[in-house]
Amino acid sequence: MRHGSDQEIAVLGVGMHPWGKWGRNFVEYGVHAARAALADAGLAWTDVQFVAGGDTMRNGYPGYVAGASIAQALGWNGAQVASTYGACATGAQAIDVARARILAGLCDVALVVGADTTPKGFFAPAGGERKTDPDWLRFHLLGATNPIYFGLYARRRMEMFGATLEDFARVKVKNSRHGLANPNARYRKLYTLEEVMASQVVSDPLRLLDICATSDGGAAVVLTSMEFARKRAAQPVRVAAVSTVTPVYPNTVIEMPNFATDSAVGVAVPDVPFRDSIARRAYEQAGIGPEDVSFAEVYDLSTALELDWYENIGFAKPGDAEKILRDGTTALGGKQPVNPSGGLGCFGEAIPAQAISQLCELTWQLRGQAGARQIAGAKVGVAVNQGLFGHGSAILATI
Amino acid sequence: MATTRIPAVEGWFTLDDAPSLLGTRCKSCGAYFFPKETFACRNPRCGASELEETPLSRRGKLWSFTDNRYPPPKPYVAPDPFEPYAVAAVELEREKMVVLGQVVRGVGCADLHAGMEMELVLDTLYRDGENDVVTWKWRPAQAAEGRAQ
Ligand SMILES: [Zn+2]
Repeated sequence: MRHGSDQEIAVLGVGMHPWGKWGRNFVEYGVHAARAALADAGLAWTDVQFVAGGDTMRNGYPGYVAGASIAQALGWNGAQVASTYGACATGAQAIDVARARILAGLCDVALVVGADTTPKGFFAPAGGERKTDPDWLRFHLLGATNPIYFGLYARRRMEMFGATLEDFARVKVKNSRHGLANPNARYRKLYTLEEVMASQVVSDPLRLLDICATSDGGAAVVLTSMEFARKRAAQPVRVAAVSTVTPVYPNTVIEMPNFATDSAVGVAVPDVPFRDSIARRAYEQAGIGPEDVSFAEVYDLSTALELDWYENIGFAKPGDAEKILRDGTTALGGKQPVNPSGGLGCFGEAIPAQAISQLCELTWQLRGQAGARQIAGAKVGVAVNQGLFGHGSAILATI
Repeated sequence: MATTRIPAVEGWFTLDDAPSLLGTRCKSCGAYFFPKETFACRNPRCGASELEETPLSRRGKLWSFTDNRYPPPKPYVAPDPFEPYAVAAVELEREKMVVLGQVVRGVGCADLHAGMEMELVLDTLYRDGENDVVTWKWRPAQAAEGRAQ
């Protein structure tokens, strides 16, 4: 296997379509983001040799072949194509496919793009009666919406570590402050602790403002070989690691959309639980540790889940997440800011675009182009995420 | 007219007075699966194909809990008006696994805390004409294990 700098690729361009509830075809957002990323890279669409698209399950057949759908809208250029789906980890998989082709020497310039148009309200499973599909059954038998799983994790933090509703609200307030100056964020409003805690309970202990919305949006990155990038940029941002790990049996934490965990009978429980393994694999690839990371973008599907991530990515020991939240470590201006973009709390989830948008934020921060949300001297950023059914997603970028 | 009790899903639980979830157990390594795994054991160091159906423990310790304050989308069959209900994740000691379930009506999050003993019962999921469509639910354990019902 290649190691260290031999497995690095460059991020030459990044671009997004602002998140919102625009109600247009997802392809429009993808094209907008792709054009922005190409302009940022100083490249033409016709320079792109490989397109990786993140699929969306909610937009009919074009969504299942998103790479080609967006390539067609940009105008067929004969590039090779891949379309991938890994739920919330979709974007990381598309990035990983492009990275593998670049590292294998099969292409120099790849465009990775993901976009989504989402319905109102809760995410629901695909239609029809599908009594063997756990995603269908969890809704039918339990009414187990996504916030049910987030609520279970949040309550577990309260019972195990003494987390409070105020801690959860503090995450929302922090992220709402971060997102204020982000032109791509959907919600740019500063919330108070009282407003968050007084919002409607959805799945106790989580309030409406603790839970991320579903959004329309699009994100794209232009990835190239280091050799290609060095001819065009003095100091390009580098992707040093991509982790798309699956769990190791037995996975003893209940995962969406499952009814039960694995059984730990007759086998040793792995030393590193699944969610801890996601960033750890990226750190191993890059040959660094969490103490070397300047900042993180984490998948705050709920405010409480952001606290879990602090521990999963090694920013805090189990049970200490509330402490580094309260002392300002993870706020802009702190030692290791988390979600400088504003996170899902300010964006809402546009599934196939989300991991790609995380890499956009890493890139802007590392280049020093993040404006009012800039982290001074950011050198290494990590983005983590998790797709249902056990899809890990972590991207580590550096400059 | 008499109502007929039918399970919301075939073969996931027994319909007797002391109901159990029905899982499978690997004859080779002893791992449990719920819902039933019938094709091959999912322990990556085992992979044996002989799995036997087995009732799971009717009691366990509450791992965590939450609730639904709004009606879930279809295919959940939500009554109108909607009644909020709790959902529990319960850890089974023998099986070393955590299993989700709704909590019976009348027991909310305020009545629950991690570590408390829970037991399995059957209860209405929804009414379909004359059919009482039932599913498994958790409730705080009410009597010593093993006492005749
Ligand atoms: Zn086995």
